[in-house]
Amino acid sequence: MTIVTPPKKKLRVATTSLAGCFGCHMSLLDIDERLVELLQYIEFDASPLTDLKTPGPCDLGLVEGGLCNAENVHVLRHMRARCRILVALGACAITGGLPAQRNHLDIRDCLQTVYLTGVGVNRGFIPNDPELPLPLDKVHPLHDVVKVDYFLPGCPPPAEAIWQLLTDLVAGRTPQLGHGLIHYD
Amino acid sequence: MSAPDALETIERPVFNLDGHEVPFSPGQTVIQAALAAGVYIPHLCHHADFAPHGSCKVCTCRINGRMATSCTFPASEGLEVESETPEVQELRRDLVQFLFTEGNHFCPSCEQSGNCKLQAVGYDLGVLTGHYNPLFPDRPVDASHPDVLLDTNRCILCELCVRASATMDGKSVFALSGRGITKHLIVNAESGRLADTQLAVGDKAMNVCPVGAIIRKRQGFRVPIGQRTYDAAPISQIAVQGETKGGTP
Repeated sequence: MTIVTPPKKKLRVATTSLAGCFGCHMSLLDIDERLVELLQYIEFDASPLTDLKTPGPCDLGLVEGGLCNAENVHVLRHMRARCRILVALGACAITGGLPAQRNHLDIRDCLQTVYLTGVGVNRGFIPNDPELPLPLDKVHPLHDVVKVDYFLPGCPPPAEAIWQLLTDLVAGRTPQLGHGLIHYD
Repeated sequence: MSAPDALETIERPVFNLDGHEVPFSPGQTVIQAALAAGVYIPHLCHHADFAPHGSCKVCTCRINGRMATSCTFPASEGLEVESETPEVQELRRDLVQFLFTEGNHFCPSCEQSGNCKLQAVGYDLGVLTGHYNPLFPDRPVDASHPDVLLDTNRCILCELCVRASATMDGKSVFALSGRGITKHLIVNAESGRLADTQLAVGDKAMNVCPVGAIIRKRQGFRVPIGQRTYDAAPISQIAVQGETKGGTP
């Protein structure tokens, strides 16, 4: 299947995972052999797939995961600045997801339980190395902090939905997701 | 829209819904006539077994030029009803997004996922994001009852359980308390615990919840993904086949 006539210049795509589990990236890989076809139209910039850490100017940024610490916010703002189109990929990027289940708890209580008073913790301490990013008091979805152009829900979004989004964007269309491709779970 | 019987159309009065004639019987509301004619109007608090309620507003249509809830609006001859217009659909999307961001709707871990009407209405309206900043309210879970879990994080205040318990079960187990953003579901026991109410698994109140707020224990995820109510077909098709709480054994 041919999406469109291969463009002279490929779309540059950056991807990153913030407070996520890499499940959305696994779902991206789950489009299987169509990845080969896709590579006629796109090339990856910074991404866990290329191991490049900092994106250059990109056409498309796919962001998995929500914002649970200061580094997540920094990376997201960087992605927003470098990507013409930014996509929130998956439940955590769109709603905060599983990490946001701590939002009704006090962050201090969480840290104390995990590192000091939890079952099986001996002589624990709350990590305070300056290299560690500081946690946010609440986990936020991406659109709390930057403008997001498209949202692709799912935990993870089905490979078919990712394929639909990417092929629509490559063809210059607004992504259209019908029944079966929109999933919140 | 299913083609209404020709004779029936002649004998019964009709109103206009998005350019189609919808026949109705005296006493029917706009949504009742539409659903009976096979035309879906998104809704959450409306239920065929209960009197019109008009609280969720998701069934809002532009009727004779004014916005009105189709579940409370009596059908009458010659009404001009706009339902699937971009303006009305956008308003419905806003309402559904309010519901998602006001509560804690974490679909990936919810047993009702795939059978949930809020979720299915979201799919139908093409809601891809909550859009608004989520409130992440601190709401209680009551697991005191031996057979029933009450998770108010997921409650959308449709009052179907309140109405079912009062009018059908004759128990008045549930009620709403508070106002505005603090409005919340309460149970009828001095202790405030569900275990101390008369709620039983067979009660209508137990089985009418459109979301995952009132669920049976030890039943979660019995139906695999792919076989749940709204996996096979969108709610716009299923709702016109009858009011059922799909997937629940």
